[in-house]
Amino acid sequence: MNKILWPILLALTLSACGTTGGTPATVEDRTGATTATTAAKPAGADSTGVSSNGVAGSALPGEPGDPRKDPASPLSKRSIHFDFDSFVVKDEYRPMLEAHAGYLNSKRDARVALQGNADDRGSREYNLALGQKRAEAVRKVLSVLGVSEAQMEAISFGEEKPRNPASTEEAYAENRRTDVVYGDE
Amino acid sequence: MRRNKAACGLRRQGCHDVYARLACQSSSLIEIPDPMLRAVLLFPLFCLALLSAPFAARAAMEIQVVGGAASQIAVAMVPFQSAPGQPAPALTEIAGNDLERSGQFRRVDVSGAPQPIAPAQVNYGVWRSKGADALVIGQVAALPGGRFEVRFYLLDVIKQTQLAALSYNISATQWRATAHQIADVIHEKLTGIPGAFSSRIAYVQKQGKRFELRVADADGQNPRTVVRSNEPVISPRFSPDGAHMVYVSFEDKKPVVYAQSLKDGSRRKVAAFKGSNSAPAWAPGGKRLAVVLTRDEASQIYLINADGSGLTRLTRGGNLDTEPVFSPDGKTLYFTSDRGGSAQIYQMPAGGGESRRVSFSGSYNVSPAVSPDGRYLAYISREDGGFRVVLHELASGQIRVLTDTARDESPSFAPNGQAVLYATVQGGRGILGTVSVDGKTRARLSESGVDAREPAWGP
Repeated sequence: MNKILWPILLALTLSACGTTGGTPATVEDRTGATTATTAAKPAGADSTGVSSNGVAGSALPGEPGDPRKDPASPLSKRSIHFDFDSFVVKDEYRPMLEAHAGYLNSKRDARVALQGNADDRGSREYNLALGQKRAEAVRKVLSVLGVSEAQMEAISFGEEKPRNPASTEEAYAENRRTDVVYGDE
Repeated sequence: MRRNKAACGLRRQGCHDVYARLACQSSSLIEIPDPMLRAVLLFPLFCLALLSAPFAARAAMEIQVVGGAASQIAVAMVPFQSAPGQPAPALTEIAGNDLERSGQFRRVDVSGAPQPIAPAQVNYGVWRSKGADALVIGQVAALPGGRFEVRFYLLDVIKQTQLAALSYNISATQWRATAHQIADVIHEKLTGIPGAFSSRIAYVQKQGKRFELRVADADGQNPRTVVRSNEPVISPRFSPDGAHMVYVSFEDKKPVVYAQSLKDGSRRKVAAFKGSNSAPAWAPGGKRLAVVLTRDEASQIYLINADGSGLTRLTRGGNLDTEPVFSPDGKTLYFTSDRGGSAQIYQMPAGGGESRRVSFSGSYNVSPAVSPDGRYLAYISREDGGFRVVLHELASGQIRVLTDTARDESPSFAPNGQAVLYATVQGGRGILGTVSVDGKTRARLSESGVDAREPAWGP
């Protein structure tokens, strides 16, 4: 039933967003920084020893009224959290993922990275694979919701980019997640 | 440049008679005209790194030997007669630290004793009364052009014979390398097993938000930065010949496997398929790699040529398979999988086929490394909530816990199989350590104020 209702909701949301102001969007810090860094330094890592410090961030593109930036829209929600040792997308994330599926289905040129993460206990490579499982779980949900595989890439950061670097259960829970990150952000 | 084959066939294991070990002799003066060809080859790259990273030159690692083997060989090391302008610290200091870190040797206090520089000057009675089994003496002489000649002698105090005599014509930049070679000779002559002190290690250092992939001597000294990035770098692995390194970099906003020449720093992407690309492992021979890709489904193991061509899928089934590593004969692949419901080590033929579970104790066994003789695995095992390095004898299934720390990662064997390098956490930061395969000697290789992780022992 959700599937039937959702496009209607989405359309309403989109139209509601049309009047939102055109300030450059604030996306998640980490993701934005990654984008800015890469854009300013196409070579990425430096293997010849030249200093690559001092990269400055720049304003991110964002259409005026981009529904993905509207805090009221489920499209502004980007993180899917997982229970310990679990790779099941919980029901509470359904509406959010249906919103993203609707957006991707309406914009076939939109691309999205599903970035899986893990807490930092144990092997880095194993955690990379665990993060991948979390990314794939979200990819499969979006796929069932009709999103083309060509629009999605499931990747993992493992334990390498913790949102919360602390060694507490709370931090671990915060880091066990998949982020939905659009290619133009 | 390769070490001489053991002159003395005695094995350390089960042989605790120092005198029997010392009975082997080798007394010819061997010239080693080019002791560190490798250092020369790598030198241009290091110069680059040093120019832009002056801190690399003064990074110092400390050594803490916290235990020792039951029977250690007592070695008296007389400081070599020095030459004006020679580098510091003394060769006997560097070589002595090497030997102590292995756990096989105990240094005899040489203070107050005569300091011979040639075998003819040695009064063996003095050294015998000090409890020395072996004596190391030598001298350094300055040569024109800033070079040095190092002569060193290894003497059997009990038999009063010469075990080794070598001379090196070196530049100042080869100072530490020469000390490591001397330690290798001493290790081999006295234990019958080649030393691994001239080998190198790689690790990733994190400083703030910057990541540096570094190559250092086996004692952690002389670090050279080979990659620096604002994004994480993990899983470095030396090629079998030590000339290249593969690693996983996140600079492309996702994990991608890179291969890099350690000679000129040039690099290329080996695996950059859709999804994640990680866990590279060289096949013996250095032409092929095992990698973990997610292009078809969840993390699966593939083979790929070192130039990125010839992709072949090895594992199937949709479970999580990762951390592949080849047996020394290249026939078997060990890897980590969750196919049984928990993280465990499995093995399979490297050409594909049925897999078999290898680790059975506990619910989390990951990051396998294979010993150079193929008889042992070292891996990380979770016990009582702590992650520790264990040694698993494949034939018997016997497991020995090698460490007593709680957050160990990334074990790899020394080229001579006598020690395991690993990462752990102390005081909230990552440090590197070595542990002898008998678990009795642990040494800490640790820079102050930095976060070191992802170590790999190379040739």
